Amino acid sequence: MAMPSYYVSPEQMMQDKAEYAKKGIAKGRSIIAMEYIDGILLTADNPSASLHKVSEIYDNIAFAGAGKYSEFENLRKAGIRHADLKGFMYSREDVTGRSLANGYSQSLGTVFSQEMKPLEVEILVVQASTNGHPNEIYRISFDGSIIDEKNFAVIGGRAEAVQTILKDKSPGQAPSLDAALKLCVTALEQTANQKLQPEGLEVAVLDRTRTGRKFRRISVSDIRRILSP
Amino acid sequence: MKLPYLPNHDDSSFFDFLTKQYPGLTLGSHGMAPASEPMRSAGPIAVPYATTVLAIKYQDGVVIAGDRRATEGFQIADRRIEKVFKIDDWSAMAIAGAAGPCIEMAKLFQTELEHYEKLEGMALSCEGKANKLGQMVKANLPMVFQGLVVMPLYVGYDVTRAEGRIFKYDITGGRYEESDYHAIGSGGKDARNTMREHFRKNLSEADALKLALLSLYNAADDDVGTGGPDLIRGIYPTAKFVTAQGITDVVDDKLKAVYDEMMTARRSRET
Repeated sequence: MAMPSYYVSPEQMMQDKAEYAKKGIAKGRSIIAMEYIDGILLTADNPSASLHKVSEIYDNIAFAGAGKYSEFENLRKAGIRHADLKGFMYSREDVTGRSLANGYSQSLGTVFSQEMKPLEVEILVVQASTNGHPNEIYRISFDGSIIDEKNFAVIGGRAEAVQTILKDKSPGQAPSLDAALKLCVTALEQTANQKLQPEGLEVAVLDRTRTGRKFRRISVSDIRRILSP
Repeated sequence: MKLPYLPNHDDSSFFDFLTKQYPGLTLGSHGMAPASEPMRSAGPIAVPYATTVLAIKYQDGVVIAGDRRATEGFQIADRRIEKVFKIDDWSAMAIAGAAGPCIEMAKLFQTELEHYEKLEGMALSCEGKANKLGQMVKANLPMVFQGLVVMPLYVGYDVTRAEGRIFKYDITGGRYEESDYHAIGSGGKDARNTMREHFRKNLSEADALKLALLSLYNAADDDVGTGGPDLIRGIYPTAKFVTAQGITDVVDDKLKAVYDEMMTARRSRET
Protein backbone atom coordinates (compact mmCIF):
# COMPACT_ATOMS: atom_id res chain seq x y z
CA MET A 1 0.00 0.00 0.00
CA ALA A 2 1.36 3.39 -0.93
CA MET A 3 2.00 5.74 1.97
CA PRO A 4 0.61 9.23 1.67
CA SER A 5 3.30 11.63 0.62
CA TYR A 6 3.24 13.51 3.96
CA TYR A 7 4.24 10.45 5.98
CA VAL A 8 6.88 11.16 8.64
CA SER A 9 8.49 8.32 10.54
CA PRO A 10 8.11 8.36 14.33
CA GLU A 11 11.88 8.61 14.76
CA GLN A 12 11.98 11.65 12.53
CA MET A 13 9.06 13.25 14.33
CA MET A 14 10.62 12.79 17.78
CA GLN A 15 13.93 14.07 16.56
CA ASP A 16 12.31 17.16 15.07
CA LYS A 17 10.39 17.83 18.24
CA ALA A 18 13.50 17.41 20.39
CA GLU A 19 15.49 19.75 18.17
CA TYR A 20 12.73 22.32 18.28
CA ALA A 21 12.54 22.19 22.08
CA LYS A 22 16.33 22.27 22.53
CA LYS A 23 16.61 25.33 20.32
CA GLY A 24 14.00 27.16 22.37
CA ILE A 25 15.70 26.31 25.66
CA ALA A 26 19.21 27.22 24.49
CA LYS A 27 18.00 30.71 23.51
CA GLY A 28 17.56 31.65 27.17
CA ARG A 29 20.02 32.19 29.98
CA SER A 30 21.35 29.67 32.44
CA ILE A 31 20.27 28.79 35.98
CA ILE A 32 22.46 26.96 38.48
CA ALA A 33 21.42 24.99 41.55
CA MET A 34 24.31 24.25 43.90
CA GLU A 35 24.51 22.56 47.27
CA TYR A 36 26.15 24.68 49.94
CA ILE A 37 26.82 24.11 53.60
CA ASP A 38 23.33 25.04 54.88
CA GLY A 39 21.19 23.93 51.96
CA ILE A 40 20.82 24.69 48.26
CA LEU A 41 21.64 27.88 46.37
CA LEU A 42 19.77 28.83 43.18
CA THR A 43 21.38 31.43 40.91
CA ALA A 44 19.74 32.64 37.72
CA ASP A 45 20.97 35.09 35.12
CA ASN A 46 17.72 37.05 34.97
CA PRO A 47 17.56 40.74 34.08
CA SER A 48 13.91 41.03 35.17
CA ALA A 49 13.25 41.78 38.83
CA SER A 50 9.62 40.71 38.71
CA LEU A 51 9.40 37.78 36.29
CA HIS A 52 10.90 35.07 38.44
CA LYS A 53 12.68 31.98 37.20
CA VAL A 54 13.26 30.63 40.68
CA SER A 55 10.51 30.20 43.21
CA GLU A 56 9.23 28.52 46.33
CA ILE A 57 7.09 25.40 46.10
CA TYR A 58 6.86 24.20 49.69
CA ASP A 59 8.67 24.23 53.05
CA ASN A 60 11.97 22.84 51.76
CA ILE A 61 11.27 22.51 48.04
CA ALA A 62 12.06 25.05 45.33
CA PHE A 63 11.56 25.25 41.59
CA ALA A 64 13.58 26.76 38.74
CA GLY A 65 12.52 26.92 35.11
CA ALA A 66 14.38 27.76 31.92
CA GLY A 67 12.96 28.22 28.44
CA LYS A 68 9.58 29.65 27.62
CA TYR A 69 8.27 31.71 30.55
CA SER A 70 4.55 31.05 30.06
CA GLU A 71 5.15 27.31 29.94
CA PHE A 72 7.33 26.87 33.01
CA GLU A 73 5.16 29.36 34.89
CA ASN A 74 2.22 27.01 34.33
CA LEU A 75 4.28 24.09 35.58
CA ARG A 76 5.34 26.08 38.64
CA LYS A 77 1.74 26.89 39.54
CA ALA A 78 0.66 23.29 39.05
CA GLY A 79 3.48 22.22 41.36
CA ILE A 80 2.44 24.63 44.09
CA ARG A 81 -1.16 23.40 43.84
CA HIS A 82 -0.04 19.79 44.04
CA ALA A 83 2.20 20.48 47.05
CA ASP A 84 -0.35 22.58 48.95
CA LEU A 85 -3.08 20.05 48.29
CA LYS A 86 -0.94 17.18 49.54
CA GLY A 87 0.17 19.12 52.59
CA PHE A 88 -3.44 20.05 53.38
CA MET A 89 -4.81 16.56 52.80
CA TYR A 90 -2.10 14.69 54.69
CA SER A 91 0.63 16.59 56.51
CA ARG A 92 3.40 19.03 55.72
CA GLU A 93 6.12 16.41 55.99
CA ASP A 94 4.42 14.21 53.38
CA VAL A 95 5.16 16.70 50.59
CA THR A 96 8.30 15.46 48.85
CA GLY A 97 10.44 16.70 46.01
CA ARG A 98 10.61 13.20 44.57
CA SER A 99 6.87 12.88 44.06
CA LEU A 100 6.73 16.35 42.58
CA ALA A 101 9.60 15.61 40.19
CA ASN A 102 7.88 12.38 39.14
CA GLY A 103 4.68 14.26 38.39
CA TYR A 104 6.53 16.83 36.31
CA SER A 105 8.34 14.09 34.47
CA GLN A 106 5.06 12.39 33.59
CA SER A 107 3.43 15.63 32.49
CA LEU A 108 6.33 16.66 30.29
CA GLY A 109 6.65 13.16 28.86
CA THR A 110 2.96 13.02 27.97
CA VAL A 111 3.01 16.42 26.30
CA PHE A 112 6.18 15.56 24.39
CA SER A 113 4.82 12.35 22.92
CA GLN A 114 1.19 13.35 22.37
CA GLU A 115 1.05 17.04 21.52
CA MET A 116 2.08 18.71 18.28
CA LYS A 117 4.38 21.12 20.04
CA PRO A 118 6.60 19.98 22.91
CA LEU A 119 7.11 22.26 25.90
CA GLU A 120 10.23 24.35 25.46
CA VAL A 121 11.27 24.08 29.08
CA GLU A 122 13.81 22.49 31.33
CA ILE A 123 13.13 22.56 35.04
CA LEU A 124 14.80 21.89 38.36
CA VAL A 125 13.10 20.60 41.48
CA VAL A 126 15.35 20.86 44.52
CA GLN A 127 14.74 19.78 48.08
CA ALA A 128 16.95 20.83 50.97
CA SER A 129 17.87 18.05 53.35
CA THR A 130 15.94 17.60 56.57
CA ASN A 131 16.23 15.03 59.36
CA GLY A 132 19.37 13.47 57.96
CA HIS A 133 18.10 12.93 54.40
CA PRO A 134 20.53 14.25 51.80
CA ASN A 135 19.75 17.19 49.49
CA GLU A 136 17.88 16.25 46.34
CA ILE A 137 18.31 17.93 42.95
CA TYR A 138 16.19 16.73 40.03
CA ARG A 139 16.68 18.03 36.51
CA ILE A 140 13.73 17.36 34.22
CA SER A 141 13.97 17.88 30.47
CA PHE A 142 11.36 18.80 27.86
CA ASP A 143 10.78 15.11 27.01
CA GLY A 144 10.15 14.11 30.61
CA SER A 145 13.53 12.50 31.20
CA ILE A 146 14.55 12.99 34.80
CA ILE A 147 18.08 13.11 36.15
CA ASP A 148 19.06 12.98 39.80
CA GLU A 149 22.01 15.39 40.13
CA LYS A 150 24.67 15.68 42.84
CA ASN A 151 26.50 18.82 44.05
CA PHE A 152 25.16 21.06 41.30
CA ALA A 153 22.92 21.19 38.22
CA VAL A 154 22.59 23.63 35.33
CA ILE A 155 19.63 24.29 33.02
CA GLY A 156 18.94 26.68 30.15
CA GLY A 157 21.20 28.70 27.87
CA ARG A 158 24.64 27.19 27.40
CA ALA A 159 24.11 24.68 30.18
CA GLU A 160 26.86 22.31 29.11
CA ALA A 161 29.52 25.00 29.00
CA VAL A 162 28.56 26.18 32.50
CA GLN A 163 28.60 22.61 33.71
CA THR A 164 32.14 22.06 32.44
CA ILE A 165 33.40 25.16 34.23
CA LEU A 166 31.71 24.15 37.47
CA LYS A 167 33.07 20.62 37.26
CA ASP A 168 36.61 21.99 37.08
CA LYS A 169 36.23 24.46 39.90
CA SER A 170 33.88 22.57 42.18
CA PRO A 171 35.38 22.10 45.64
CA GLY A 172 35.46 18.70 47.34
CA GLN A 173 32.93 19.47 50.05
CA ALA A 174 29.92 21.78 50.23
CA PRO A 175 31.13 25.42 50.10
CA SER A 176 29.89 28.33 52.21
CA LEU A 177 27.08 30.47 50.79
CA ASP A 178 29.46 33.26 49.77
CA ALA A 179 31.89 30.90 48.05
CA ALA A 180 29.06 29.06 46.26
CA LEU A 181 27.52 32.29 44.94
CA LYS A 182 30.90 33.60 43.75
CA LEU A 183 31.55 30.32 41.96
CA CYS A 184 28.14 30.35 40.26
CA VAL A 185 28.47 33.95 39.11
CA THR A 186 31.98 33.32 37.74
CA ALA A 187 30.70 30.36 35.74
CA LEU A 188 27.73 32.36 34.39
CA GLU A 189 29.97 35.30 33.47
CA GLN A 190 32.48 33.14 31.64
CA THR A 191 29.85 31.56 29.41
CA ALA A 192 27.95 34.81 28.86
CA ASN A 193 31.21 36.63 28.09
CA GLN A 194 30.14 39.65 30.07
CA LYS A 195 30.19 41.02 33.60
CA LEU A 196 26.91 40.35 35.41
CA GLN A 197 25.56 43.08 37.66
CA PRO A 198 23.87 42.16 40.96
CA GLU A 199 20.63 43.67 39.57
CA GLY A 200 20.74 41.15 36.73
CA LEU A 201 20.88 38.14 39.04
CA GLU A 202 18.09 36.29 40.71
CA VAL A 203 19.40 34.49 43.76
CA ALA A 204 17.52 32.42 46.32
CA VAL A 205 18.34 29.75 48.87
CA LEU A 206 16.69 26.88 50.65
CA ASP A 207 18.25 27.52 54.02
CA ARG A 208 18.02 24.54 56.35
CA THR A 209 18.75 26.70 59.41
CA ARG A 210 15.44 28.53 59.05
CA THR A 211 12.33 27.22 60.77
CA GLY A 212 9.20 26.45 58.73
CA ARG A 213 9.50 27.72 55.18
CA LYS A 214 13.15 27.49 54.16
CA PHE A 215 12.98 29.47 50.90
CA ARG A 216 14.49 32.94 50.99
CA ARG A 217 15.34 35.38 48.21
CA ILE A 218 18.65 37.15 48.54
CA SER A 219 18.35 40.90 48.02
CA VAL A 220 20.39 42.84 45.48
CA SER A 221 22.28 44.65 48.25
CA ASP A 222 23.24 41.32 49.84
CA ILE A 223 24.37 39.94 46.47
CA ARG A 224 26.49 43.04 45.95
CA ARG A 225 28.04 42.65 49.42
CA ILE A 226 28.86 38.97 48.83
CA LEU A 227 30.33 39.56 45.36
CA SER A 228 32.41 42.61 46.28
CA PRO A 229 36.06 41.55 46.40
CA MET B 1 -2.26 22.01 28.56
CA LYS B 2 -3.29 18.76 30.15
CA LEU B 3 -1.32 17.49 33.11
CA PRO B 4 -1.97 13.92 34.21
CA TYR B 5 -2.17 14.52 37.92
CA LEU B 6 -2.64 18.27 38.01
CA PRO B 7 -6.11 19.46 37.07
CA ASN B 8 -6.34 22.53 34.95
CA HIS B 9 -7.09 25.49 37.13
CA ASP B 10 -6.59 29.17 36.71
CA ASP B 11 -7.00 30.92 40.00
CA SER B 12 -4.75 31.93 42.89
CA SER B 13 -7.16 30.83 45.61
CA PHE B 14 -6.57 27.46 47.24
CA PHE B 15 -10.05 27.52 48.74
CA ASP B 16 -11.68 27.91 45.30
CA PHE B 17 -9.37 25.23 43.87
CA LEU B 18 -10.42 22.81 46.60
CA THR B 19 -14.10 23.66 46.25
CA LYS B 20 -14.03 23.00 42.51
CA GLN B 21 -11.70 20.02 42.32
CA TYR B 22 -12.00 18.30 45.70
CA PRO B 23 -15.40 19.32 47.09
CA GLY B 24 -15.26 16.66 49.80
CA LEU B 25 -12.29 18.38 51.44
CA THR B 26 -13.65 21.88 51.64
CA LEU B 27 -15.81 23.71 54.17
CA GLY B 28 -19.58 23.68 54.10
CA SER B 29 -21.74 20.88 52.82
CA HIS B 30 -20.18 20.56 49.34
CA GLY B 31 -20.02 16.94 48.40
CA MET B 32 -21.83 15.81 51.54
CA ALA B 33 -25.22 14.15 51.42
CA PRO B 34 -27.96 16.66 52.22
CA ALA B 35 -29.51 16.20 55.65
CA SER B 36 -32.51 13.90 55.41
CA GLU B 37 -35.72 14.63 57.33
CA PRO B 38 -35.03 12.26 60.25
CA MET B 39 -31.49 13.66 60.53
CA ARG B 40 -32.79 17.19 60.67
CA SER B 41 -35.49 16.47 63.23
CA ALA B 42 -32.89 14.80 65.46
CA GLY B 43 -31.62 18.29 66.28
CA PRO B 44 -28.07 19.57 66.28
CA ILE B 45 -25.31 16.95 66.34
CA ALA B 46 -23.40 16.76 69.62
CA VAL B 47 -19.87 17.93 68.82
CA PRO B 48 -17.20 19.67 70.91
CA TYR B 49 -17.72 23.41 71.09
CA ALA B 50 -15.02 25.95 71.72
CA THR B 51 -15.64 29.21 73.57
CA THR B 52 -14.42 32.66 74.67
CA VAL B 53 -11.74 34.23 72.52
CA LEU B 54 -10.83 37.91 72.42
CA ALA B 55 -8.55 40.53 70.89
CA ILE B 56 -7.38 43.87 72.25
CA LYS B 57 -5.46 46.61 70.48
CA TYR B 58 -2.46 48.13 72.26
CA GLN B 59 0.39 50.44 71.37
CA ASP B 60 2.45 47.91 69.35
CA GLY B 61 -0.36 45.96 67.69
CA VAL B 62 -2.96 43.48 68.93
CA VAL B 63 -3.03 40.81 71.61
CA ILE B 64 -5.26 37.83 70.81
CA ALA B 65 -6.16 35.25 73.45
CA GLY B 66 -8.52 32.38 74.16
CA ASP B 67 -9.35 29.87 76.88
CA ARG B 68 -8.58 26.17 76.51
CA ARG B 69 -11.89 24.44 77.15
CA ALA B 70 -14.10 22.57 74.70
CA THR B 71 -17.47 21.31 75.89
CA GLU B 72 -19.89 18.75 74.57
CA GLY B 73 -23.24 19.33 76.24
CA PHE B 74 -22.50 19.26 79.98
CA GLN B 75 -19.28 17.33 79.51
CA ILE B 76 -15.80 18.74 79.09
CA ALA B 77 -14.59 17.43 75.74
CA ASP B 78 -11.05 18.81 75.91
CA ARG B 79 -9.07 20.78 78.50
CA ARG B 80 -6.17 21.79 76.28
CA ILE B 81 -7.74 22.72 72.98
CA GLU B 82 -6.01 25.48 70.99
CA LYS B 83 -8.34 28.19 69.71
CA VAL B 84 -5.79 30.81 68.69
CA PHE B 85 -3.87 30.09 65.49
CA LYS B 86 -0.97 31.80 63.82
CA ILE B 87 -2.10 32.17 60.20
CA ASP B 88 0.95 33.78 58.62
CA ASP B 89 3.75 36.12 59.71
CA TRP B 90 1.38 39.04 60.15
CA SER B 91 -1.92 37.59 61.24
CA ALA B 92 -3.64 35.27 63.66
CA MET B 93 -7.18 34.09 64.15
CA ALA B 94 -9.19 32.78 67.05
CA ILE B 95 -12.28 30.66 66.73
CA ALA B 96 -15.54 29.95 68.52
CA GLY B 97 -18.10 27.34 67.55
CA ALA B 98 -17.98 23.67 66.59
CA ALA B 99 -14.37 22.66 67.19
CA GLY B 100 -13.86 20.36 64.19
CA PRO B 101 -14.98 22.73 61.43
CA CYS B 102 -13.31 25.62 63.29
CA ILE B 103 -9.89 23.98 63.24
CA GLU B 104 -10.44 22.93 59.64
CA MET B 105 -11.21 26.52 58.68
CA ALA B 106 -8.06 27.78 60.40
CA LYS B 107 -5.94 25.19 58.58
CA LEU B 108 -7.60 25.97 55.25
CA PHE B 109 -7.08 29.70 55.79
CA GLN B 110 -3.39 29.16 56.57
CA THR B 111 -2.96 27.19 53.35
CA GLU B 112 -4.99 29.76 51.42
CA LEU B 113 -2.71 32.66 52.37
CA GLU B 114 0.51 30.74 51.80
CA HIS B 115 -0.81 29.45 48.47
CA TYR B 116 -1.70 32.93 47.27
CA GLU B 117 1.67 34.30 48.34
CA LYS B 118 3.57 31.61 46.47
CA LEU B 119 1.51 31.82 43.27
CA GLU B 120 1.40 35.59 43.06
CA GLY B 121 4.85 36.25 44.46
CA MET B 122 3.49 38.62 47.11
CA ALA B 123 1.26 38.34 50.15
CA LEU B 124 -2.36 39.52 50.25
CA SER B 125 -3.07 42.84 51.95
CA CYS B 126 -4.51 42.77 55.46
CA GLU B 127 -7.87 43.86 54.06
CA GLY B 128 -7.70 41.17 51.37
CA LYS B 129 -7.07 38.45 53.95
CA ALA B 130 -10.00 39.63 56.07
CA ASN B 131 -12.32 39.59 53.05
CA LYS B 132 -11.21 36.11 52.00
CA LEU B 133 -11.97 34.80 55.47
CA GLY B 134 -15.44 36.32 55.18
CA GLN B 135 -16.05 34.31 52.01
CA MET B 136 -15.01 31.14 53.80
CA VAL B 137 -17.40 31.84 56.67
CA LYS B 138 -20.14 32.39 54.11
CA ALA B 139 -19.36 29.06 52.43
CA ASN B 140 -19.96 27.37 55.77
CA LEU B 141 -23.51 28.77 56.01
CA PRO B 142 -25.27 25.49 55.07
CA MET B 143 -23.58 23.81 58.02
CA VAL B 144 -24.91 26.46 60.40
CA PHE B 145 -28.42 25.09 59.82
CA GLN B 146 -27.18 21.73 61.04
CA GLY B 147 -25.85 23.37 64.17
CA LEU B 148 -22.20 23.57 63.15
CA VAL B 149 -21.37 27.23 63.60
CA VAL B 150 -17.87 28.50 62.88
CA MET B 151 -17.14 32.00 64.09
CA PRO B 152 -13.68 33.48 63.59
CA LEU B 153 -12.08 36.55 65.10
CA TYR B 154 -9.30 37.74 62.84
CA VAL B 155 -6.43 40.05 63.75
CA GLY B 156 -3.73 41.24 61.43
CA TYR B 157 -0.88 43.69 61.50
CA ASP B 158 -1.40 46.04 58.55
CA VAL B 159 2.12 46.77 57.35
CA THR B 160 1.08 49.65 55.09
CA ARG B 161 -0.89 51.41 57.82
CA ALA B 162 1.57 50.34 60.55
CA GLU B 163 -1.19 49.32 62.96
CA GLY B 164 -2.93 46.23 64.26
CA ARG B 165 -6.50 45.57 63.11
CA ILE B 166 -9.36 43.45 64.46
CA PHE B 167 -12.14 41.94 62.30
CA LYS B 168 -15.26 40.18 63.49
CA TYR B 169 -17.75 38.25 61.34
CA ASP B 170 -21.35 37.11 61.32
CA ILE B 171 -22.52 33.69 60.10
CA THR B 172 -23.42 35.04 56.66
CA GLY B 173 -19.82 36.12 56.08
CA GLY B 174 -20.42 39.77 56.95
CA ARG B 175 -17.16 41.41 57.94
CA TYR B 176 -16.92 44.24 60.48
CA GLU B 177 -13.85 46.01 61.73
CA GLU B 178 -13.52 46.75 65.45
CA SER B 179 -11.59 49.82 66.51
CA ASP B 180 -10.49 48.80 70.03
CA TYR B 181 -11.33 45.30 71.24
CA HIS B 182 -13.75 42.43 70.74
CA ALA B 183 -14.64 39.04 72.18
CA ILE B 184 -16.76 36.20 70.77
CA GLY B 185 -18.04 32.85 71.98
CA SER B 186 -20.34 31.85 74.83
CA GLY B 187 -18.39 33.97 77.33
CA GLY B 188 -17.82 36.77 74.85
CA LYS B 189 -20.31 39.09 76.47
CA ASP B 190 -18.74 38.69 79.91
CA ALA B 191 -15.30 39.33 78.45
CA ARG B 192 -16.55 42.41 76.60
CA ASN B 193 -18.03 43.79 79.83
CA THR B 194 -14.63 43.58 81.51
CA MET B 195 -12.82 45.10 78.55
CA ARG B 196 -15.33 47.94 78.34
CA GLU B 197 -14.52 48.96 81.91
CA HIS B 198 -10.75 48.73 81.70
CA PHE B 199 -9.81 49.43 78.10
CA ARG B 200 -7.75 52.53 77.33
CA LYS B 201 -6.12 53.62 74.08
CA ASN B 202 -2.40 52.84 73.70
CA LEU B 203 -2.08 50.27 76.46
CA SER B 204 1.39 48.89 77.11
CA GLU B 205 2.09 45.27 76.18
CA ALA B 206 2.01 44.12 79.82
CA ASP B 207 -1.27 45.95 80.54
CA ALA B 208 -2.91 44.62 77.38
CA LEU B 209 -1.97 41.06 78.34
CA LYS B 210 -3.26 41.63 81.87
CA LEU B 211 -6.57 42.94 80.57
CA ALA B 212 -6.91 40.01 78.15
CA LEU B 213 -6.32 37.47 80.91
CA LEU B 214 -8.59 39.30 83.36
CA SER B 215 -11.39 39.32 80.78
CA LEU B 216 -10.97 35.59 80.17
CA TYR B 217 -10.94 34.96 83.92
CA ASN B 218 -14.17 36.89 84.42
CA ALA B 219 -15.76 35.10 81.46
CA ALA B 220 -14.80 31.75 82.98
CA ASP B 221 -16.28 32.92 86.28
CA ASP B 222 -19.72 33.49 84.77
CA ASP B 223 -19.85 31.13 81.78
CA VAL B 224 -19.73 27.34 82.18
CA GLY B 225 -18.42 26.89 78.65
CA THR B 226 -15.26 28.88 79.33
CA GLY B 227 -12.32 27.37 81.19
CA GLY B 228 -10.30 29.31 83.74
CA PRO B 229 -6.64 28.69 84.46
CA ASP B 230 -6.11 25.09 85.59
CA LEU B 231 -3.53 25.46 88.36
CA ILE B 232 -3.30 21.76 89.14
CA ARG B 233 -2.57 20.63 85.59
CA GLY B 234 -0.79 23.86 84.70
CA ILE B 235 -3.08 24.71 81.76
CA TYR B 236 -3.28 28.42 80.95
CA PRO B 237 -5.08 30.31 78.17
CA THR B 238 -3.27 30.85 74.89
CA ALA B 239 -2.19 34.39 74.01
CA LYS B 240 -0.27 35.82 71.07
CA PHE B 241 1.02 39.30 70.25
CA VAL B 242 0.56 40.44 66.65
CA THR B 243 2.99 43.28 65.96
CA ALA B 244 5.35 44.70 63.35
CA GLN B 245 7.86 42.06 64.49
CA GLY B 246 5.47 39.24 63.59
CA ILE B 247 3.57 36.85 65.83
CA THR B 248 4.93 36.08 69.30
CA ASP B 249 3.54 33.41 71.60
CA VAL B 250 3.23 34.37 75.25
CA VAL B 251 5.04 31.71 77.28
CA ASP B 252 3.29 29.87 80.11
CA ASP B 253 5.55 31.37 82.81
CA LYS B 254 4.44 34.86 81.87
CA LEU B 255 0.77 33.83 81.92
CA LYS B 256 1.23 32.10 85.27
CA ALA B 257 2.85 35.23 86.77
CA VAL B 258 -0.09 37.40 85.69
CA TYR B 259 -2.61 34.91 87.09
CA ASP B 260 -0.74 34.48 90.40
CA GLU B 261 -0.83 38.21 90.96
CA MET B 262 -4.50 38.46 89.94
CA MET B 263 -5.54 35.62 92.23
CA THR B 264 -3.59 36.93 95.20
CA ALA B 265 -5.43 40.23 94.81
CA ARG B 266 -8.80 38.46 94.61
CA ARG B 267 -8.07 36.22 97.56
CA SER B 268 -7.26 39.22 99.73
CA ARG B 269 -10.69 40.63 98.99
CA GLU B 270 -12.39 37.51 100.32
CA THR B 271 -10.96 37.77 103.84
